Amino acid sequence: MTEIRWHSRAGQGAVSGAKGLGDVIATTGKEVQAFALYGSAKRGAALRAYNRISDEQIFNHAKFMNPDFVLVIDPALAFTDNIIENEKETTKYIITTHLSKEELIAGIPSLQGKEDRVFVADCVQISLDEIGRAMPNAPMLGAFVKMSGMFELDYFLDAMKRVLAKFPQKIIDGNMRAITRAYNEVK
Amino acid sequence: MAVKFDLNEREVWDGNYAASQALRQADVDVVVAYPITPSTPIVENYGAYVGNGYINGEFVMVESEHAAMSGCIGASAAGGRVSTATSSQGFALMAEVLYQASGMRLPIVLNVVNRALASPLNVRGDHADMYLGRDSGWIQFGAFNAQEAYDLALCAFKVGENHSVRLPVMVHQDGFITSHTAQNVYPLTDEKAYEFVGDFVPVDDMLDFSRPVTYGAQTEEDWHYEHKAKQHKALMDSRKVIDEVFAEFKEITGREYNRVESYDMEDADVVIVGLGSTVETARVAAKNMREKGVKAGVVAIRCFRPFPYDEVRDVLQNAKAIAVTDRSSPGGAMGAFFNEVTAAMYTSESRPMVTGFVYGLGGRDFSIEEAERIFAEQQAHADAGHITTEIQQFSGLRGPKLGFFKTARG
Repeated sequence: MTEIRWHSRAGQGAVSGAKGLGDVIATTGKEVQAFALYGSAKRGAALRAYNRISDEQIFNHAKFMNPDFVLVIDPALAFTDNIIENEKETTKYIITTHLSKEELIAGIPSLQGKEDRVFVADCVQISLDEIGRAMPNAPMLGAFVKMSGMFELDYFLDAMKRVLAKFPQKIIDGNMRAITRAYNEVK
Repeated sequence: MAVKFDLNEREVWDGNYAASQALRQADVDVVVAYPITPSTPIVENYGAYVGNGYINGEFVMVESEHAAMSGCIGASAAGGRVSTATSSQGFALMAEVLYQASGMRLPIVLNVVNRALASPLNVRGDHADMYLGRDSGWIQFGAFNAQEAYDLALCAFKVGENHSVRLPVMVHQDGFITSHTAQNVYPLTDEKAYEFVGDFVPVDDMLDFSRPVTYGAQTEEDWHYEHKAKQHKALMDSRKVIDEVFAEFKEITGREYNRVESYDMEDADVVIVGLGSTVETARVAAKNMREKGVKAGVVAIRCFRPFPYDEVRDVLQNAKAIAVTDRSSPGGAMGAFFNEVTAAMYTSESRPMVTGFVYGLGGRDFSIEEAERIFAEQQAHADAGHITTEIQQFSGLRGPKLGFFKTARG
């Protein structure tokens, strides 16, 4: 069982990102789960979304998890939310920021000593450049593909094209560029 | 001719989307709706299917849930296949009209995404609304995940519309935990799904002008009782049809449904009896307990109404200690579900120990660890030979331990 927790603000696409990721992973024959913890959340409110991935049917519906990956798609939440909650010694963090990894970790005491498990990508800037809006979910998926080693980039891009099929070609192309850039730029 | 909807053999759908796809595949004629969280996407998606030409149906927006169910009654009495969805306060406002639908024997399918009832206001899942419907004369199915929300919605039409049943059917799923959790779902093709559900053949449809009929007539003490008794008998008799429909569904999908589901029950000493998504949590806990040497099992009610007393007794009679879980505030009594399971067990020779747990109100998480703790407590009752706690307890509640009512046995 692989477990992923997303830290996001309502409107940044963590729920769509988690569902999109689930969609793609399901095509590999695995069982997936994607859900979010929000109720009457308004745009901008902090929220968490979750993925579970397993070879067998997933019966665990609990919100509680010890995540294998923590994906932070809002730069400020890395500082204000408890992103290390219920972490394991192997939990990997991918954080959206315009800072360098060193600058980021210097500002977040709870990440200190975890330098080898913390990765950064400027998903907000990438999405502004490539999609034209601050929609950091797609680039975060690219960064995740790289750091998890779960897929080849081309397989993931092909599968995401199907997930995004209902959108105009321009949006699909922008998402593909954003995913590819974050894949290459995450460090 | 409706536009073809592209489906994959394996989809990743949440419970709401899954239910809405079942409505599309059943070719529902009319949805009358007043959307409410967390069931909104079911009717919203149906509206989109109509708007985008995927279904030749009619989507009617009204001013309240009371009006929504009233509209469903009109459309169903007119001779259409009818469905809608609601939750919580919307369900409560619908309550009056639910009794009308069942009394008029109209096979409407209501997708209920379970949510707590205010006050305090809460949009999350518990079973307060489901319990509110338990005397309304509807058949009530419970789905534990998105796949089941889809499967049972298809079965609901086939059961309710059967001419020996002619009753409305609710399909319940847990708010957010099921309705907003995307999981792998394996849908039928449109052709297979429709072939399974079949054409809707109305009885006494009002649009048959050659044969005028009256719906919603008044009966006082002369006939009311006979009508209600007949309606109750129809509910009890529907058990056979439900079994047949589940058997037919298994033939085409391989997916088996029973009015009572049981897991690891062959030799179970300690059991959690549950409803909804909790069942899956308890199943994981039972597996873990078995690794620790505790013979744990899970019994789940698939068909809450008509209540499967015989099957509950049969599957539980060899257990030693049973925990029944109620996800609804009992309001000054034992949990209603506890009462029903206990009543069934009272008719067994063995009369195992039964305690009740209130849990998960307003969406409070029910963890695997907590389910394991409940199993361990049942084992303690079994080892002691009597109930060692109060009979009604509260799982996952903060603050001082709360419990009521002690056994006089043992």
